[in-house]
Amino acid sequence: MSANTAMAEKYRNNFLKEIEDQVEMGDWVKMCMQCGVCSGSCPTNFQSAWEHPPQELFMMIRAGKREEVLTTSSMWNCTSCYNCIVRCPRKLPITHIMHGIAEYAHRLGMAPKMQPTRFFSGLFWKNCTHTGRVNELKLSLGLYFKDGFAQGVKNGMAMQTVALGLLKAKRLNPFELFGGHKCKDQKGIQAMLKKAYEIERSRKTAKMAG
Amino acid sequence: MADIKVAAYICKGCGLGERLDADALVKIAQKDGKVPMAKSHEFLCNADGVAMIRNDIANEGVTHIMIGACSRRAKTEAFFFPENAVARANLREGVIWIRPDTDEARETTQEMAEDYIRMGCAEVKAMTAPGGNPNTGTSKTLLVVGGGVTGMTTAIEASKTGYPVVLVEKSGALGGWAAKLYKRVPVHEPYKSPADTGVGDLVAQVQGDSNIKVYLNATVAKTDGAPGRFVVDIATESGATHTEDIGAIVQASGFTLYDMNKLPELGGGKSANVVDQAGLEALAIAAAAGDGVIRRPSDGQPVKSVVFVQCAGQRDPTGTHLSFCSGFCCNASIKQAMYFKDTNPSVDTTIIYTDLRTPGNGEDFYRSAQEKGVIFTKGKVAEVVPTANTSTVKFNDLILGDADASMVDVDLVVLATGQVANSGINIDAPAAAAEEGAVEIKPISILNLTYRQGKDVPQLKQGFTDSHFICFPYETRRTGIYTAGPVRRPMDIAQAREDATGAALKAIQALENAELGRAAHPRSGDLSFPKVRLEGCTQCKRCTVECPFGAIDEDEKRFPVFNESRCRRCGTCMGACPVRVISFENYSVNSVGAQIKAVDIPDEFSEKPRILILACENDAYPALDMAGMSRNEYSAFVRIIPIRCLGSVNTIWITDALNAGYDGVMLMGCKSGDEYQCHFVKGSELGRVRMSKIDDTLKTLNLESERVRDLEVAITDIERVPEMINKYAAELVAVGPSPFKGF
Repeated sequence: MSANTAMAEKYRNNFLKEIEDQVEMGDWVKMCMQCGVCSGSCPTNFQSAWEHPPQELFMMIRAGKREEVLTTSSMWNCTSCYNCIVRCPRKLPITHIMHGIAEYAHRLGMAPKMQPTRFFSGLFWKNCTHTGRVNELKLSLGLYFKDGFAQGVKNGMAMQTVALGLLKAKRLNPFELFGGHKCKDQKGIQAMLKKAYEIERSRKTAKMAG
Repeated sequence: MADIKVAAYICKGCGLGERLDADALVKIAQKDGKVPMAKSHEFLCNADGVAMIRNDIANEGVTHIMIGACSRRAKTEAFFFPENAVARANLREGVIWIRPDTDEARETTQEMAEDYIRMGCAEVKAMTAPGGNPNTGTSKTLLVVGGGVTGMTTAIEASKTGYPVVLVEKSGALGGWAAKLYKRVPVHEPYKSPADTGVGDLVAQVQGDSNIKVYLNATVAKTDGAPGRFVVDIATESGATHTEDIGAIVQASGFTLYDMNKLPELGGGKSANVVDQAGLEALAIAAAAGDGVIRRPSDGQPVKSVVFVQCAGQRDPTGTHLSFCSGFCCNASIKQAMYFKDTNPSVDTTIIYTDLRTPGNGEDFYRSAQEKGVIFTKGKVAEVVPTANTSTVKFNDLILGDADASMVDVDLVVLATGQVANSGINIDAPAAAAEEGAVEIKPISILNLTYRQGKDVPQLKQGFTDSHFICFPYETRRTGIYTAGPVRRPMDIAQAREDATGAALKAIQALENAELGRAAHPRSGDLSFPKVRLEGCTQCKRCTVECPFGAIDEDEKRFPVFNESRCRRCGTCMGACPVRVISFENYSVNSVGAQIKAVDIPDEFSEKPRILILACENDAYPALDMAGMSRNEYSAFVRIIPIRCLGSVNTIWITDALNAGYDGVMLMGCKSGDEYQCHFVKGSELGRVRMSKIDDTLKTLNLESERVRDLEVAITDIERVPEMINKYAAELVAVGPSPFKGF
């Protein structure tokens, strides 16, 4: 995209329309009246990672700032506390829109790669769909080693008292690391998920086609 | 003054009998008040008490009545004796309710009551029963100036009420501004889309009404006379002049959009593709007549993107442009954006605003626009740079904090400029100073009044016609002349129609009052009117200059000519007159002066100072009454005299009071200045200007400046006023007793 085209698309409706088409509940974005109650209500407001509060994200969408919106980690920080939805005077489903935008950014491959929420979501999904059951040990280890081996060992050491306590209380089985227990009909689960993917893909293609 | 017979009545109800020695008060009335007939009654305002007074009027020949009971603001129906002069001594709200019920306080409380009886007796003797202004007019016709929505609505409403209307319209057609609109902001459920203006309907109603006489291409060449008997010359295009007898006038001369050529930085006047809201309405009407597509003026290509710039030349803190918000433009821009979205949803429509204000059901309309895809961007537009066929809009995005935001290749830019009142000549601004004003001065008079004070009604600083904004919105400072619609304040069609209805009813009230010789608001129904002893007049012209309502003209010999029907009975002329020749039958220099002199002034060793309070009867006196109702105590050393307005205070009262040995004088009047609360608009201001010169008097008397205190009082100051009185009383103790006592 040349600089001129980028300029021309600023504050035009193109990106807003894209969001409306592609993002779940994206057609609500235009209804925001910029009162800022959502931003003031958001508990993550106190975190440094909070680049753009919801109200600002909506304005950026209207301003055509595609790149900035889709690559930001802001909507990934949503904790789904629903404060914003409860308080929005225009009744925007803000929490859902945040997840919708995050999902779209992920779908396009534009979301920040090592963003913890995104990483954990991927890890969790892979983990639970693999055997049909969540393997807690593998899940937590995967998260510990997210930022490399050395950091992983450090994380593990930091948590060792917790782990030992769990072991004592028979809440942690180290043998889960090797395979672990599975659900009864693993093939059935896989087939079901495959079908679900198919349905979703066709729905999205249909939507893309208009 | 033929035979007057004064009677004094002292009430013992509402606790007065227990707290005060009524027999002593009766004696005071007889001895000090020199009233031949004085009585007390257990319950004066009941049927028996009132019957006693009526019997005395009928059989004993009583002409003047002094009632010592509650405040003059209470029991006005019971104590209604229109044929007689009536004075009221305020013993309830003014004495027992503001004093503690203790043994120590009993003496001073009784003294307070006795003084009020003396004052009441003295006052009533200086009064006569008002007989009404004989100089009445009987015309019931309403003149409406302006044939827009406001004017037509006024005409229709007045006609429905049964009053004939003469409507004067400058242009060749009825409809005004609204007729130039493609559609209007909706006023009915579901408030989702622009609606028909309804102007055609109004025009048809006016034209089909035999009670409404319409002059098109006509202006008001001359307005002479007073309410009930205005004589108006209407000049038509043909050069002919028609003269009409008019009872009251409603000026609905509307507004002009602020000239966008004054906004070159926003592209105003620099490109055909930058238009104001009127320009867009014209484009929309042209489009509707064709294929429905709004085209950009420069080359006729369909508009693909349009930007609305809100507050263009409005809410300007620098003083270059309009300082105020016109209130209608947010809804208007939303409506205009829908013109595009309703025909082609793919047109980019952006409204750049700083604060979106959509009063009333406009909120639903706003939401509907968002649903239709109109984009609202919070920002302040810095510059519009037109190129050949498009424009670049540079603005500060206030949400994203981007000072260099811009939109390029915008086909059409609409500037939401504000409303400038068509209020005629600014009679208060000297012609030279006029050119400096930010608001465009329109040198053409609307009403061409023959009044001494100028051809048009006075204006507020923003150019809208002056009115008492809170209490009497339609009233101007010319009695019997009302303004309605955007000439009065910025507004939309819905508000203008409400305004028109209100003004029509007010105008009808005014002409009815004029016929009966009674005052219009705020002393509605008052039968007193200013009387002047011309033989004593020195032609100083203070009364003609100061009258806030332009009621007084001058004759060839420069004597004042009182047009009583134009008078609001504030008494400003009376306060202004240096030779004190102006008076009302029941309110005069003498009626107040006699009260001041009637008060018993104890000697300087008694430690009982006396403070005179002259309290405005519109705000300060009710506040004092309400202080009594709330039992907020104040000093027993004050003696309060209600006055019609601070403007009616003649400095002689203050000189007399100080000479008589009062320790201090407190003046209580309404807020003056731009944000005035004075019921007579300029009364308190003029009064204060007059009082500012009192220092000279104090110096000649060799008195301290603390002896006179001016206090701004609002009707809500129920707790503050007693505090201020007590504070002042304490300050006066420090100053010491007046040296004039005992002379």
